[in-house]
Amino acid sequence: MPEEKFEPKIVAFFCNWCTYMAADSAGTSRMQYVPNARVVRLMCSGRIDPQFVLDAFAKGADGVLIGGCHPGDCHYQEGNYKTLRRITLLKRVLKEMGIEEDRFRLEWISAAEADRLRTTVNDMVEKVRALGPLRLSAKEVIPEEVAVS
Amino acid sequence: MSDKPKVAFYWCASCGGCEETVVDLEEKILDVVAAVDIVFWPVALDFKRKDVEAMPDGAITATFLNGAIRTTEQEEMAHLLRKKSQLLIAFGACSQLGGIPGLANLWDRRRVMTAVYREAPSTVNPQGTAPQAKHAHDGKQSVTLPTLFDTVKTLDQTVEVDYYVPGCPPTPKILLQAVQTLLSGKLPEKGAVLAPDTALCEECPRKDTRPEKLTIKEWKRPHEILIDPEKCLLAQGLLCLGSATRGGCEAMCVKGNMPCTGCFGPTSRVRDFGAKSLSALASLVDSNDEAEIGKILAQIPDPVGTLYRYSLPASPLRRKKPEVI
Repeated sequence: MPEEKFEPKIVAFFCNWCTYMAADSAGTSRMQYVPNARVVRLMCSGRIDPQFVLDAFAKGADGVLIGGCHPGDCHYQEGNYKTLRRITLLKRVLKEMGIEEDRFRLEWISAAEADRLRTTVNDMVEKVRALGPLRLSAKEVIPEEVAVS
Repeated sequence: MSDKPKVAFYWCASCGGCEETVVDLEEKILDVVAAVDIVFWPVALDFKRKDVEAMPDGAITATFLNGAIRTTEQEEMAHLLRKKSQLLIAFGACSQLGGIPGLANLWDRRRVMTAVYREAPSTVNPQGTAPQAKHAHDGKQSVTLPTLFDTVKTLDQTVEVDYYVPGCPPTPKILLQAVQTLLSGKLPEKGAVLAPDTALCEECPRKDTRPEKLTIKEWKRPHEILIDPEKCLLAQGLLCLGSATRGGCEAMCVKGNMPCTGCFGPTSRVRDFGAKSLSALASLVDSNDEAEIGKILAQIPDPVGTLYRYSLPASPLRRKKPEVI
């Protein structure tokens, strides 16, 4: 069977006030970057429930990118700090679950940093492409002999 | 046999604690036995699988099945009991969410078998004997044994489940209420968890000592401090999962001066217990500095084993990413 070319699926959660604005600005400036990120706009990165991230991975994302305002710049004062705390712990959980670190990224990208958005997405897609598809489950094969190694 | 409702109890991958709950009904078990006929209960009564196979489909009113589904035999029994029962109840944390055996999903069959039959310090196995699924005796007869799956499953990942009774183990009171609910004829909505739908904090005797704004500078483990028996455990820096856990146990562990470990699972608004409790706990960290946040959160040992102690197979990821595809 011919191997299909692997195109990483990245789910990107961007906050309305900074990173989404940067993505908007990248668009209006006609910047070219890889089309692999599916952007979900939220009012604040603090809205990102860790359940969203796990669901994204479970439903076929090869990588998850979170974009929020720089520390101190949150439109809601504290939202991005809450994100930072949750994501710090979530990163440990994902690592234990065998999900490579390059598949999950938190970046602070302000509305003025369209170019940083472009390079971040390009860089992440390249790294996830190198890792290959995230295969969370394997078909259960019941062996007749129980292998011990 | 009488025309009383027929009830069955069965166990799969579990420790026996859920069976203990039935025994712990004490004299109230007489009320249960007066109201129902127990037609299958391998741990206590001498019925065999063939007795269940001989029953017409749907003959059992309700089956309480505890334990996760981890072997080929458990899967077969789950299918058989589903077919023979009008109602199938996932009884206890293992059956509902995967439970402690579900933590085996951090490994696979080969790793588990190797650890047990080769590497455990107490294992003496010079011939490297390992259990075989099939064994030919004298080259003629062959005997078969059930085989472990790579991935431990919850009951509802195996067959359709009507109701859930939470807990590790469920308390006798929760079991009795569940039986009474099912016998009352007024059945709750399918898929309901037969326990209160509020967080444990609601019924916690220390509720009023929980500060309005709770923040944490340092996580502590129970053996590291003298625990104040009156004050909110979370406010003492102990990793208490009560705020993310369904109530109904009447805060038994907290009354025993130990933090909640989350065995009653999530409330109905939460899809993934571990992620939601992670969210609740991490947000309490009292720092805005990246390095300091990392340092404080590093004080939580074994995040998967702590946050998913009873629910790894029920989480969206279900298991650790397999090493070999």
